[in-house]
Amino acid sequence: MTVFEIWLGAFLTLAIFSFLYRDNPVYRLAESAFAGISAGYYIGLIWESVIVQFLWVPMTNPENPKVWLVIPLFLGLLMFARLFSGTALGKYVWLSRIGLAFVMGSTAGVFLMSELHGNVLGQMFGTMQVQSAQGEPAVLLTIIVAVGVIATLIYFYFSKEHTGALGVTAKVGIWFIMISFGAHFGYTVMGRISLLIGRVYFLWNDWLGSFLF
Amino acid sequence: MKQTLPVAVAFISGLIMVVAFFMRSDVPVIGGLSQEVLIWGSIVGGFTLLLGAASITRVNFNAVRLRRSGWGFNLITLVSVFVMALPAILGTFFPGVRWFGTGTGSLYDWMFTYISIPMQGTMFAMLAFYIASAAYRAFRARTAEATLLLLTASLVMLWRVPLGEWLLTAIHSDLPSLVNTYVMSGVNLSVQRGIIIGAALGAATMSLRILLGIERTYMGRG
Repeated sequence: MTVFEIWLGAFLTLAIFSFLYRDNPVYRLAESAFAGISAGYYIGLIWESVIVQFLWVPMTNPENPKVWLVIPLFLGLLMFARLFSGTALGKYVWLSRIGLAFVMGSTAGVFLMSELHGNVLGQMFGTMQVQSAQGEPAVLLTIIVAVGVIATLIYFYFSKEHTGALGVTAKVGIWFIMISFGAHFGYTVMGRISLLIGRVYFLWNDWLGSFLF
Repeated sequence: MKQTLPVAVAFISGLIMVVAFFMRSDVPVIGGLSQEVLIWGSIVGGFTLLLGAASITRVNFNAVRLRRSGWGFNLITLVSVFVMALPAILGTFFPGVRWFGTGTGSLYDWMFTYISIPMQGTMFAMLAFYIASAAYRAFRARTAEATLLLLTASLVMLWRVPLGEWLLTAIHSDLPSLVNTYVMSGVNLSVQRGIIIGAALGAATMSLRILLGIERTYMGRG
């Protein structure tokens, strides 16, 4: 890293951390730049990996040009009709639905089968297997997993009032869910602390270290 | 026309993917067609993201043009979008220029490494402070459920650091292993499975509603 890169990183890090004191113009400057840079990053990414690789290169291939790709190009361009809203061309805004419907329809077609086949059946299959711990079959673990899956599903089943046996199972479900959320919360906290250590290490070692030590 | 045509497009494109699921990829017409539809979906999906970028540009440009409150920050956003995106786009038209494109050594890559990554890391790191205050509110052991949350989170946080693992081992030598087996691979796994099954059933139902034209909210009004 050059001196300029270190100072730039340190300024942006401190500018964002300044929000911990209170909202201020330096933080808002960094926040606005972050929003813009992030949007620009995705524009660049989509341009390179989708528009160029999937559209421009195959269409302009001199040996075997895929001219039919003008159809998704046309559908994609129709999306921009949404920007006509509030202008003289406002009556054509609905054209953007065609491109959107294509994306929604093809994604729904993929999801309909992959979710049922991969997730519903796959997770049920995994639950019905004998679980193993340290390479050995574990009966208690198998029971915990089976009870946990059923209780969690019943907790999220709202078509019938949670009373009687259903209520008791839902109660067991909420205990399982709380333990799982606690574990996730613990993991998230540790992840964030790890990032914080990384930034503080950068400020201490790379930035302050470059001119103090 | 405004409703029927998009519903028909969604139905046909979805039906191709459903039928292709039951066919081998080398089956004539339908096998190749489903692959083509996937590529088309990626292309049109890419345009939806570009539409989002165009929308950001329009909103910020209007704020600057009309000198709305805080328009200077909108200007910074606007300039940042173009400063980041333009070198990447220009790489397509000027492939010989080292600064253009998205590869190593390009302006796009430099800004991602030295501006985007530090800011992204700091934004998420800052959440450590807010998550601590949220933890104080959530973890007060008022009920049995909140106590379970508190105990598990504390146990997992201890388990994930060397000092905590040493402390757990001091209580019982098998405790870190038991946390891993019964909390993470047992209770946590079972709840995740339950949530995944529920979410997958919901996603499949919603997909069917979209294909059959029952769900049309994605089209917006008008």
